[in-house]
Order: sequence, then structure tokens, then C-alpha cells
Amino acid sequence: MASTMQASPLNVSPILGRFTLESLPLHEPIVVATFCGVALGGIALLSALTYFKLWGYLWKEWFTSVDHKKIGIMYMILGIVMLLRGFSDAIMMRAQQAMAFGNEGYLNAHHYDQVFTAHGVIMIFFVAMPFVTGLMNYVVPLQIGARDVSFPFLNNFSFWMTTAGAVIIMMSLFVGEFAQTGWLAMPPLSGIGYSPGVGVDYYIWSLQIAGVGTLLSGVNLIATIVKMRAPGMTMMKMPIFCWTALCTNILIVAAFPVLTAVLALLSLDRYVDTAFFTNTLGGNPMMYVNLIWIWGHPEVYILILPMFGVFSEVTSTFSGKRIFGYTSMVYATMVITLLAYLVWLHHFFTMGSGASVNSFFGITTMIISIPTGAKIFNWLFTMYRGRVRFELPMMWTIAFMITFTIGGMTGVLLAVPPADFVLHNSLFLVAHFHNVIIGGVVFGAFAGINYWWPKAFGFRLNDFWGKVSFWCWVVGFYLAFMPLYVLGLMGVTRRLRTFDDPSLQIWFIIAGIGALLIAAGIGAMLLQFAVSIRDREKLRDTTGDPWNGRTLEWATSSPPPDYNFAFTPVIHQGDAWADMKTRGYERPTTGFKDIHMPSNTGSGVILAGLCVAFGVGMIWYVWWLAAVSFVAILGVSIGHTFIYKRDYYIPKATVAAKEDARTAALAEAKA
Amino acid sequence: MLAMLLGGCNMVVMNPAGDIALQQRDLVVFSTALMLVIVLPVIGLICLFSWKYRASNETTDYDPDWDHSSQLELLIWAAPLLIVICLGAVTWTATHLLDPYRPIGRVAAGKPLVANVKPLEVEVIALDWKWMFVYPQYGFATVNELAAPVDRPIHFRLTSSSVMNAFYIPTLAGMIYAMPSMETQLNAVINKPGNYEGFSSNYSGAGFSDMKFRFHGMTEGDFNAWVARNKAAGGNLTRADYLKLEKPSEKVPVMRFANVDPTIYSAVVNQCIRPGTTCMSDMMKKDMQDSAAMEGMPNSGNAEGKRSSSPLTTRSAGQAPPKSPSDVPQRGPSTPEESNTPKQRPL
Repeated sequence: MASTMQASPLNVSPILGRFTLESLPLHEPIVVATFCGVALGGIALLSALTYFKLWGYLWKEWFTSVDHKKIGIMYMILGIVMLLRGFSDAIMMRAQQAMAFGNEGYLNAHHYDQVFTAHGVIMIFFVAMPFVTGLMNYVVPLQIGARDVSFPFLNNFSFWMTTAGAVIIMMSLFVGEFAQTGWLAMPPLSGIGYSPGVGVDYYIWSLQIAGVGTLLSGVNLIATIVKMRAPGMTMMKMPIFCWTALCTNILIVAAFPVLTAVLALLSLDRYVDTAFFTNTLGGNPMMYVNLIWIWGHPEVYILILPMFGVFSEVTSTFSGKRIFGYTSMVYATMVITLLAYLVWLHHFFTMGSGASVNSFFGITTMIISIPTGAKIFNWLFTMYRGRVRFELPMMWTIAFMITFTIGGMTGVLLAVPPADFVLHNSLFLVAHFHNVIIGGVVFGAFAGINYWWPKAFGFRLNDFWGKVSFWCWVVGFYLAFMPLYVLGLMGVTRRLRTFDDPSLQIWFIIAGIGALLIAAGIGAMLLQFAVSIRDREKLRDTTGDPWNGRTLEWATSSPPPDYNFAFTPVIHQGDAWADMKTRGYERPTTGFKDIHMPSNTGSGVILAGLCVAFGVGMIWYVWWLAAVSFVAILGVSIGHTFIYKRDYYIPKATVAAKEDARTAALAEAKA
Repeated sequence: MLAMLLGGCNMVVMNPAGDIALQQRDLVVFSTALMLVIVLPVIGLICLFSWKYRASNETTDYDPDWDHSSQLELLIWAAPLLIVICLGAVTWTATHLLDPYRPIGRVAAGKPLVANVKPLEVEVIALDWKWMFVYPQYGFATVNELAAPVDRPIHFRLTSSSVMNAFYIPTLAGMIYAMPSMETQLNAVINKPGNYEGFSSNYSGAGFSDMKFRFHGMTEGDFNAWVARNKAAGGNLTRADYLKLEKPSEKVPVMRFANVDPTIYSAVVNQCIRPGTTCMSDMMKKDMQDSAAMEGMPNSGNAEGKRSSSPLTTRSAGQAPPKSPSDVPQRGPSTPEESNTPKQRPL
């Protein structure tokens, strides 16, 4: 139906493109109120930064920093900020679904459809991904005894590209609209004929720009893990977290280009009327479905594998034992990495593939549960004959093990094609993937934050508010998602805005209460951070090893110095730091040398800013802006290569002063 | 409390009225039970070990360097493997037996098919945002109401006018997508009379939430009366009427069309319902003839020329796409000869 699929003749102004005053959602009171809140908060924040003269500090010490630790922390902050946005969307959905029985609820279709699309996109790309990348960035170089990643500038650039994607998606809240297509923007619905507005273009450009960051950070971390391990650390002596990080980044490098390509083809369909995914002219929407899931399935392992690593580190540390079955853990991770590419079709058994194809993909999916199950057993037997300390990271780990086992079971159930025929796209499915993503990725991120916070900042997190947050999250999760399993079995499908059957309402109300409890959990966590920062002197850890850790990051001070290790450690065994401690390792206190380090650069921020401008130009058809910013991107990229002063030396006097201070602090801690 | 809640709700997926959905339900129950064999002990062990090996309990063994046991390793890989082998075998057979394209083999457990009963044919077109059902054996069509006699096999063929939807009557059988320019199939049977819910289970745009219909399981007599009622409703559905009906609309009440143009369904599948557009099937046929003709030509003896006779490679053997897609629908109506010329890429 090509004739109906052309965009309605738009007045594209040469200066403002398709932007008019009507593009501002002034008719949506909720959005206007949010905008006022964000604007006031933003103005307050910016004025505070100006008043306290923090701009220079932020620019020099953070924005332009190529230090993997600072970049890791910035990724985590990005993830937390976007979590608040994504969670607001969740609360809005829960409220709408709890209310809209026999009435329209409070969200119209245009708004509601944007909310669930934005929720999915934000939670996966701008919450889970920054958490994963942030943890890897912070921890991997420390665990392998390196001073930084292989390509420090690329790391800074990757972070800012991810942030640029987040900026674009946030912009869509107040200027124009976001996609109303669901988080994977399946054509033909996402084609120009059925989605003529700017929403899908916001979707495309935010993901394309953030995708550059993700891909480059994948390349960077692979190179780092392969090339920069401390002497003696063979692959099979690496901490499990590094293994999972390596496998995840291999998955990223192999999978994200597929996403980039498929979104590029969709853009061509939308911008220049090609027919890759159209109904007519030989277009093939099924091709999009296949391609997006060939990226999409590995993506879920990209998210979960590093968290498996976090849980391995935490279980081993807090059980006071070596990880059980290190070798089988490593092989399980590799098997999952390979199998991640062989299961994508299980996302669309119901689209008419033959029985043999469906069975094949169903069975490969089940096979993934074998290495995953082995991992659960490995954690279990790590606790066996251990001394399990129930600090916050371990509590999150236990909650994960139970929750993820349930989520894994419903996942295998959905892998049985005939069972999937009755549960696909239902709230059962929604419950399943929240069960594994919240129970796995989010709990993992929180375990990681509680575990490595003392390393990053030199003081522990407050226990009380941490526990409040933990219980609110865990109980809230079960209240919010177990009803969705029930609703799925009642035949309720996902993404519905209104309902008729009053017997469903009670379940949505329970789910809504669960979501409120999760909100309390998020609040308690923010409070936990605030209280801990206030009480930082009381919570101070001067040893650098508050948990009696086993891996190298605990060998250095907290927070680690810019150079991480004054002398590159030499490794003899897995669990290197535990081994060093048992062998009575003496920290060198003399003989320091100048340390060669990469210098900061503003190029990453500038390039990412230009990419935002380019994206906005493309989204709004402001062609001059797109053209100018594209040329500027090229210019700055080329210009950056002419910066020859990229490194500096930390003089040995500075190193000695820092190390002496640490010696004193350690002595004080001992006394 | 929970039992009361669960007792009060109608879990249609767990208690369906159609034999296919019932077998799918059985599979859900069987798979879950099989997995619980390993999942329950694991959860039990997690709780047990957390409790038993808590740091404050000094009475248990502490063995910080114990990190390997070949027997345990064997067990933890073999136990899930055995479950998966078992589940995989069941999956392979059940997926083939319950393949939606496969004509059903029985009416219900212990109730074989009656010989000579032809399945009820239904052509389903997902429209924005309503469902159109054509009964080719009876020549009428309905919108947002579907009925079938109990214990008679039903054979659905499905497509969509615009975007992707999924056709789902939870009580009858699992869902199947209805997709534009494609056709899917579903075979099912309803075993109990009743008034059931059907809907789209794939988000398809603004009016998606109300894209529902009623499905009636009827006795033979009631069904005949229902057919007669539709035939008596009067009204025709020509291609022109269809084009009007196809336009997006929400919360559409039940509509009945006594006489329906029998070519509508295939024209929708082949994207040629609009006057003057070329059907994809014709395009593909023409294209295959062309490549077959090419093969016979003296200069095309290369390997590629030979392969292009199969429809699969015709798909990728692209001719130059039209300069602007908007040319294509306009080009159609000019002359019939021209519209048959496969200048476009075939699907």
C-alpha cells in the first residue's frame, strides 16, 4: 500500500525542519508538569554548580577524564538517573492498568504507547547497559592489575556517546514525541506510513549514537582483557568477573553491528523510501524481525553475563572460599556465549515457522539452561562448607539465586514452542523477562554497587538503608510480577491500555502496590547513598580491603590512586589477592618510579555533543544542522588526531607521597 | 488469601475449551512439573546452605580451599542435561503434533475425527483495529464476531491489511500472527459451546487495546441458525466496500455482510486489493517465467543463471528497484501489459 505509506505532505521549513510550536506537547498536562519539575530542578542544579564554581572541577576532573574509574562511576550515575526516568514510566503504566477498567484511565493511547516503548528502550539501553559497562569499566582493569584500559580516550568517547543517546531520548519527552511501536520498533508499524512522526526517528538516532559508544567500549575492553593482564595472570587465572566481561564484550562486538545495520536499513526506508521492510515492493518485515532478534537475544546475555561475574566474586568473597568449579564456570560462560547466537527465533515461534525450525530453536534454548544451571550449582557449592557473611552484596546474591531460578524455569517453559503459543506476548512473558532482568541484572548491579562502592569511594554504604532498600525491592518485585504470571495464564496480553473484565483488576492493583514498594526501594537506595556520604568518616575504610577480598582490586587503596598500582603486581594463582595475603605479601614502600599515564581530553564530550546536534537535525529534518554538525564531527575527529600531547608522567615524588600516605593509613588501621 | 484469589479468577489458559489449547495446557503443566524436579531442590539447597553455612554458625566445617569435586561437577552438568534431554524429546514431538499448520488429528481425547466432515474454512484479515472473518464455504463475512460448531475442525488462514497482529482465542488454541503480505494458518477445534474472548495479542498501534472479538462455540443447529442470520443480514462486501472498511477505526461493533467478494482475501494477501495494483503472486509467477526463459537463452549458461529458476534465489536476484516507490502504484493502472512487466523486485 505504498500510496498510503508516504508521509503526509509536511511543511518542512528550511530552518526549523518539521518543528513547529505544535511539536511541544503543551496539550499533555502530565508532560508539562514533568517539564516544569525537570526545568526547575535543572536550573537549581546548574545554578548550584555555578555558585559553588564546580564547572571547572567537573570539566577537568570528570567530563574530560580518561581514567577508567571515573568513567565507570559516570556510567553508574547515568544508569541511576535513567533508572528514575524508566521507573517513572513503569509507575505510570502500572497506574494506568490498575485504573482503566471500563474507562479510559488517565493516559490516552498516544501517550501510553510512548510510555511503554520508552520504558523498554530506556531500561535496556540506558539503565542496564550503563550499569553493565560501568561495572566492567571500573573493575576489570583493577582486577587484571592494569593502570587503565587499552584505549583510554576511546573509553571517554564511548561514555559520552552513550550519554548523547540518553540526551536524545530525554529530549523526546519534551520536544515532539517518542516512538509508539514497542521497544523493538517492528516494521511495518515503525515504517514511515504507520509512524510518520518524529517518534521512531528519535528511537533510531538515540540508539544509533549510543550504539557507537557500546561497540567501541566492547572493542576497548576486549583489547584490555586480552593484552593488559598483569604478568603471571594467564587466562585461566583471571577472576570470573573478567571472564564474563570478556565474553560479554565479544558478544557486544559481534551483535551490535547487526543492530546498527538493521536500524540503518529502517532509516533508509523512512528517509529515502527504500523498501527493505515494507509490505510492498518486495520489502520483507520478517527480515527485520530476524535481524533485530539476532542482535536482541545476545543482548540479554550481554546484560546477564557480567552480573554472573559479580555474583561469582561476591559469593566467593563472602563465603570466604575459592569459587567452586572455576574451570566449569569458565566453560559454562563460553558455552552461553556461543549458544546466545543460536536461539533468536524463540522470540517468534508464533510467526509461522515450521515445526522443525521451532523445535530446533526451542531445544537450543533449553540447552542454554544447562550451563546456566551449572553456574547456580557452582555458587551453591561455593557456599557449601563456607562461612557465609550476609553483608548486602551477599543478600542481593541470595535473592538473585532464588529469583533467577524461578525466572529461568519460566524461560525454559516459554522455550517449548506449543507452550509459547499460549503464552507468547502475554503478561506471563512480561513477568518472565522482568523476573530474569530484575532478578538477574538489576540485583546484580546492586550487589556490585554495594560490593565495590567502598573501593570506589573509600567508605562503605550504610547498612540500614541498604537493607530497607533490599527488602522493598525484593518483596516489591514479587508483588509486582507474580500477579503478571497469573494474568498471563488468564490470557491477558501485553501493552493493553484498557480492560473490560473486572476480575482482572485485583491482580493489577497488587502489581501496582508492588511497583510502589519498588519505588520505596529506589528511594531507600538514594537515601542510602546520601546517608553514607554524610556519614563517610564513620564508614571510612582505610585498609582498601573491607570485605577480606580475593581479587586484585582489593590490593590497592580505596579509592585507588590514578595509577591503580604503584608496581604492577605479579600473579601466581587465581584469586591473586587472597593468594598474596596467605603468602604474606609485603607491600613495596620504596623504589617508586615515574608513572606513564594518558592525559585528559575534551574531544569525547565535543564529538558526542555534535552527534546530539546531528541526531536532532536528522530527527527534525533540519538538514542544514545535520550537514553542519556532520562536517564538524569529521573535522573534530580529524583535528583530534593532531593532538600529539596525549600522555604525561606522574613524578615519582607524587607516587611516593601517595604510597607513604597509604602506608601510614594501613598502619593506623592495624593499630 | 492467595488460594481464594486464584480460585476466583478464570485462568483460561489453564482451563480451555478447545482440544489444541488443552494439549498445550497439558504441555505447560508437564514441562513445569518436570523442571520443578530440579528447581525445587535447588531453591531448597540455596536456603539450606545460606542458613547452615552462615558465618555465625561455627559448628559446621569450614574448608576455604575446597573448590573442586569431579563427582559433583558430573552431577551438576548431568542433572540439568537429563532434564533437557527429556524435555527436548517432548518438545520435538509436541511441536510437530501441535504445529498450527497441521490439520488436527482428533476432535478431543478419545474422540476421533468424523469421516467426510470438511473443516470449517475461515479467512481472517486483521484490520486497523478490528477483525474481519470471511467464511468462503458460505460466502458471507463478519467483523468482530466469529463462530464455529463444536467438534468440527476449523482451518484458519490469516493475513493482515497493514501491520502485524496476532490472532488469539485463548480457549481455542495458541496464537498465530496475522501479517501483511503473508499468510499464516491455524488448525483448531472447539469442544464446548460458549461465548469466548478473542483478541489481537500483538501490539498494532493506537486502537490495539480494543481490537477484540467474540468467538462463539455453537451446537450444529445454533451454528446453522447463525449462518442463516448472517446470510439474512443483507449487505454486500465488494472490494470498494472493503477499502472503506479497512480504514482505521476503533471499538467497531459486530458487522455482517451476507455476500462477500470471494477474491478479497487473496487480494489482501497479495497486496492488490486497490484497483490497478499488481498482485505479488502474479509478479512472482511472471518473474519465475522470466528467469526460466532466461535460462533457455544461449548466454545464460552460467551457474547463477541456472540457480535463479528456484523461487528462493529469485527472491534475491534483484532487478533494479523503481526510482521512486511512489511511481509504482501509479504505474499500475496505465496499461495491463505494462503492469505485468516485472520491473519491480519480486517479493
